[in-house]
Amino acid sequence: MWEYTDKVKEHFLNPQNVGEIENPDGEAQVGSLACGDALKLTFKLDENKRIKDAKFKTFGCASAIASSSALTEMIKGMTVDEAIKITNQDIAQYLGGLPDEKMHCSVMGKQALEKAIENYKGAPAMEAGAKIICECFGVTDKEIQRAIRENNLLTVEDVTNYTKAGGGCGACQDAIAQIIESVRAEAKPDEKPKLTNLQKIKLIEETIDREIRPSLRQDGGDIDIIDIIGDRVLVATRGACATCKAADITLKHFVEHRLKEMVSPDITVEEVSK
Amino acid sequence: MNTIYLDNNATTKVAPEVLDAMMPYFGELYGNPSSMHNFGGQVGQKIRAAREQAAALIGAQPEEIVFTSCGTESDNAAIRSALVTQPDKKHILISRVEHPAIRALCAHLASQGYRITELPVDKNGILDLENLEKNLTPDTAIVSLMWGNNETGVLFPVEEAAHLAREKGILFHTDAVQAAGKIPINMQNNVIDMLSVSGHKLHAPKGVGMLYIRRGTKFAPFMIGGHQEKERRGGTENSAGIIGLGKACELAAGNLDKENTFVRRLRDKLEKALLGRIAQSRVNGDVTNRLPNTTNISFEYVEGEAILLLMNELGICASSGSACTSGSLQPSHVLRAMGVPFTMAHGSVRFSLSVYNTEAEIDFVIENMPAIIERLRGMSPFWNQAGQACNVQ
Repeated sequence: MWEYTDKVKEHFLNPQNVGEIENPDGEAQVGSLACGDALKLTFKLDENKRIKDAKFKTFGCASAIASSSALTEMIKGMTVDEAIKITNQDIAQYLGGLPDEKMHCSVMGKQALEKAIENYKGAPAMEAGAKIICECFGVTDKEIQRAIRENNLLTVEDVTNYTKAGGGCGACQDAIAQIIESVRAEAKPDEKPKLTNLQKIKLIEETIDREIRPSLRQDGGDIDIIDIIGDRVLVATRGACATCKAADITLKHFVEHRLKEMVSPDITVEEVSK
Repeated sequence: MNTIYLDNNATTKVAPEVLDAMMPYFGELYGNPSSMHNFGGQVGQKIRAAREQAAALIGAQPEEIVFTSCGTESDNAAIRSALVTQPDKKHILISRVEHPAIRALCAHLASQGYRITELPVDKNGILDLENLEKNLTPDTAIVSLMWGNNETGVLFPVEEAAHLAREKGILFHTDAVQAAGKIPINMQNNVIDMLSVSGHKLHAPKGVGMLYIRRGTKFAPFMIGGHQEKERRGGTENSAGIIGLGKACELAAGNLDKENTFVRRLRDKLEKALLGRIAQSRVNGDVTNRLPNTTNISFEYVEGEAILLLMNELGICASSGSACTSGSLQPSHVLRAMGVPFTMAHGSVRFSLSVYNTEAEIDFVIENMPAIIERLRGMSPFWNQAGQACNVQ
């Protein structure tokens, strides 16, 4: 059972602004029956160009309905320029948070809002140059990039939780991994202050815990940090890794590569004798 | 608020008689059944009696019963034993609609070099026996097919399938976790080699199960340890759980008729009424060869999790095959294997009854479901178009 906040439950059980506005100033529908959730958003402006009324119709789970209800409440009284600044995080926060696996519901709200505003302004509905990456759920590269930037996503699983991309047949997961890398690469230059030893050790530990260990465990392996001397990280492999002939390659290509990327390009990884 | 529990394929209430039978073994009668003294020995005697009760439910000999910790352990023990006792065979034959206990195990074994074939089912969830036969190879170590499907209740012809496997000298296992206690099973009338049962699906507690191993079947233990269970499953016996399972099997044998008359009638009543009162709804799975307690109904244009949570507000417990309830983004693998359109699969609800349900409970559900579906359809952007299309017809 999902752990929904009281606020999510409240908006699910007593959703605000259900329906469709006739002759709306802006409207949009995102999602589809096949992918399991869909949202139709309509809004109308008053004489001061503020959103006077907003309504939704949603097919989806409790958090999709609650996110839609929250979104319509949030944008009322805003100008479209104010409303466009609402992020999916804002929607989730308004609801007191959403389970990770349900963050895509807030993203759907954000997408509907954006498209409805585009519709009002007469701008093209599809972002210029956007390319579908996930065929199952029709998610574009732009959408994935934005979700990564706005939510600081690190793994393919994160991207799936936030956008659904990669959650169907899984064929696009490599492509998503590449997008994550390219987005992270562009973010890198200005954020790599010199680390203290303590910070470095902490960051190495965190990186191994968050980024490396889960993948190894999927294959029945594991890794322990034995010591950190300067930029040398001494590790011991466990489980399936300890007996795997390819473990050396894993250490160099995966573990070291990731630590170089996340911590410092000077890091080397060595395995201590078994 | 009263709880109306229609989720008995997920787990069941511990029968009061079962609880009574177990209680002393949590308290004063804590002896180890393997001990030499009477204090432990008397527990051993109760376990022997439980073994007889369990065997009787499925027409087996007591020594053919190995007590385990759950259905998943029984499934693991069966499949892994087949592989260990036939080290040169690398092929396993299952179906696309097996329980995760089998599917995930086989996916794991596939990563260890075993070859897995998943047999398809048709739109009603029915297995093609000719296709099964075609996929039996000299390399096949074991065929494992579930007897009753947990999501749809559809029954596989496992006894016929076991014959086909036996003719080619291939081991046959069935996960009968849902079937045991709901349909008659007599191991004297079939050639199934191994069969899994779970306690908590038939009114025993969680944490106990059993594996039937036909006499003469080569077996290598999964859980290696002491001499318990004739060295087929190490570990000190879960005395209270086993004694509870024995009692539950005895009760289930006595309730078989009630399952197939009273429970079946309530299920049919619920199904007929919901289909009649709610437009654009349909049953998933074959309705003739089916467990008597299960119905899986799809309500188009609404999503299962939302339905369940509104039912929850009224104290009604059920399950859904929708993506949002599974933790993944795809609807149930069983409904997908049957080719149920996504639009229908997302709105599926499984009702699974037990002998403890009452007519009044079913009437309450029939009374309240239409409003729940209507309320969600009122919010759905797809419903108006569909509703109009429906009126035109």
